[in-house]
Amino acid sequence: MSTSTASRDAHVDASTSALQRRADRAGIGDIAAKVFAGTRLSLDEGLRLYEADLFVLGALANFVRERLHGDVAYFNVNQHVNYTNICNKLCRFCAFQRLPNQPGAYVMSPEEAAAKITEQLGEPVTEVHMVAGIHPKLGYDYYLDLLRAVKRARPSIHVKAFTMVELDQIAKKAKKPLEIVLPELIEAGLGSVPGGGAEVFADRVHKESYHLKISGDEWIAIARKVHQSGLRSNCTMLHGHIETKAERIDHLDRLRRLQDETGGFQTYIPLSFHPDNTEMSDVPGPTAVDELREIAVGRLMLDNIPHIKAYWILMDVAVAQTALSFGADDVDGTVVEEKIYHEAGATTPQKVQRAELIRWIRDAGRVPVERDTLYNVLWSDELEPSLA
Amino acid sequence: MSAPNRVANEPRLSDTGPSNAPLPRRESASRVGPLAAEIERIANRVEDGERITAADGLALHDHADLATLGRLADLVRRRKHPAARVTYVVDRNLNPTNVCITDCGFCAFYRRPKHEESYVLSREVIHQKMDELAALGGRQVLMQGGHHPYLKSDWWCDLFADLRARYPLINLHALSAPEIDHLSRIEKRPVELVIADLVAAGLGSVPGAGAEMLVERVRKIIAPKKTSTDRWLEVHRRVHEAGLRSSATMMFAHVETGAERIEHLERLRALQDDTGGFTAFACWTMQPDGVPDAETYPERATPGTYLRVQALSRIYLDNFENVQTSYVTQGLKMAQITLYFGCNDFGGTMMEENVVSAAGCMNLSPIDALEHQIARAGFAPRRRNSWYGIVDDRHDEARDGPRGPMSREDAATHSAAKRSAAEGSNLASVRA
Repeated sequence: MSTSTASRDAHVDASTSALQRRADRAGIGDIAAKVFAGTRLSLDEGLRLYEADLFVLGALANFVRERLHGDVAYFNVNQHVNYTNICNKLCRFCAFQRLPNQPGAYVMSPEEAAAKITEQLGEPVTEVHMVAGIHPKLGYDYYLDLLRAVKRARPSIHVKAFTMVELDQIAKKAKKPLEIVLPELIEAGLGSVPGGGAEVFADRVHKESYHLKISGDEWIAIARKVHQSGLRSNCTMLHGHIETKAERIDHLDRLRRLQDETGGFQTYIPLSFHPDNTEMSDVPGPTAVDELREIAVGRLMLDNIPHIKAYWILMDVAVAQTALSFGADDVDGTVVEEKIYHEAGATTPQKVQRAELIRWIRDAGRVPVERDTLYNVLWSDELEPSLA
Repeated sequence: MSAPNRVANEPRLSDTGPSNAPLPRRESASRVGPLAAEIERIANRVEDGERITAADGLALHDHADLATLGRLADLVRRRKHPAARVTYVVDRNLNPTNVCITDCGFCAFYRRPKHEESYVLSREVIHQKMDELAALGGRQVLMQGGHHPYLKSDWWCDLFADLRARYPLINLHALSAPEIDHLSRIEKRPVELVIADLVAAGLGSVPGAGAEMLVERVRKIIAPKKTSTDRWLEVHRRVHEAGLRSSATMMFAHVETGAERIEHLERLRALQDDTGGFTAFACWTMQPDGVPDAETYPERATPGTYLRVQALSRIYLDNFENVQTSYVTQGLKMAQITLYFGCNDFGGTMMEENVVSAAGCMNLSPIDALEHQIARAGFAPRRRNSWYGIVDDRHDEARDGPRGPMSREDAATHSAAKRSAAEGSNLASVRA
């Protein structure tokens, strides 16, 4: 996106030199210089960002954010359908999972999932985000029927479904390679792939907290196949549990190296660990300031991923609005029933009205732009022609 | 990265509700464009420790980006409080009566005198609540109520004298400028004499309630029967002259303009220059649910508005030592952010259960949850008293410096108190 006019460049120069001086005083002048030049940061430099002055860090991330997106803050209007909470992966940080005989365990039939879509036909929903537990008994046909039923209920809806973890399971059930399965899922209605299930790629974290699930290397390998099949996906990192900062930087580095190869990631979303009702309830989880830092570090490390999302459902509105000045350019817009985080103790509302989202964004000094899943602009009443 | 494609759609109505920010503000505008130089000039003044004017304050309010407001507020806080420490007081709210005749349209608490839900607490019930507070090691009771038409200063003095005798460690942080003004009016006595009686009976400090917006145009809309701007300020002046300290507040995001918020802060700053008696400032956004005049008020403000104004108040009130966050109205996540955006104090524990659930720390008591939140935000939590003296066992004077005032007499070091003492008229020096 072209953002420069001659006079705007002059002002950008004046403010970047002021920020360079502040960065020098904060001991990260070398990092700031690289950020202004658009040079990739090393792993060591990424680690140093965690100790840097919060406001200098935020200003650098904001610089990148505004260089890419100006004052635009994207949102979309989506609904979540978590089609089953029965899961055999037993991740220690998860409060959503149930074993088949536990109270509250459920599986939606494709018809039931479709009914969830139909219920919202009066809302301007453009996307359904469909992720769930790994149910060992659901067959390949179930997943295809699920996609078809949802698309039949609302043909215009974009289906963003199945994390890399679920795709691994689906391919196993299909007894076909993922390269064959993906086009079949696309034909049944799959539009893009969410970023969940990545957690933290380090083997140590995998072994200690999610060892029954696919490893970091496997997640990356599946993501590569997803991108090679023509599908875009998001990516995530679950932070604030047992991982070290070095493990976070390593995780971000692996994401950016895959992105160098495929260019398939659209959006990175840092996800805060929430302790309640998990096996790790004695781990406190990140503070609001930790969350802001994670947004800023993500923006600065992932120089090749276009969008950074502040997921208000887990951060709450206060942090999400602030995050729009610390590197985030996207907020989610869920109108129905977020389940996964609320089992783990998130006390934020489970949905938000579109008009409220627009107010939040404007009060944060940004220009609200409604997008579809693939970042086509659906609506904005303020976008300047030069930002197109 | 692909540019967003423009898709032709039928235009939708701009479906925002009434907003508290009439001009759409752009974050980038204070970095890029004609306003950038102005914002930088004002920021430089703050960095140099110079006072900013009301016009400067309004420019920051209208145009500065959130991060600039934050870092300037953080700078001011760190100048006044170099240690990474956040204070709080173990207290409770005690409302002896909810009977009120002032009928403020934004208040959901009060009841008219004959209403079936109106009450005046018996002494026994008050003692019970105070016993519970004492058991927790409480240092302050925040005691305020409605403007009861028949309860006069003798009722309050009797209560204060009783509580001061029974609970000598719990400071009576009581009443407010409107309540004191109310007593002066129903008794037809000068406010200095009312204050003298209350002080003699044991009043230890005065909360900052009832300020709302210190602008007459606004008060006439939201609280036409309440104490005027000038009178609110005058009562606090008299309180300071009597040797007591008080705090100040602002309730915003209702019918006021941005310029009026600055006017409010300017009035507080000017009085503080004169008397030095304010200990702290706290602000919060109006919570419109369930209030009598709900239709008058715009929708609840977003957290971003609170954060900006809160940071601006820390920058503007360069002569106030302490700025409190408002976790009760804004939540603990926002409170954590404000600790980096100018706040150095968490206010009172208030014995509210909502602290536990909001903290996500289901197994902790309310006070432990608060300690945890402060510590996790990177600060050392410390218990204080009403005058911001540190009463915490973890404080070590050799390492951390003097504890600060331990009584209302210790705290009577502000310029108005010194002037009164010199004139021989410092009524707070009369030991109760």
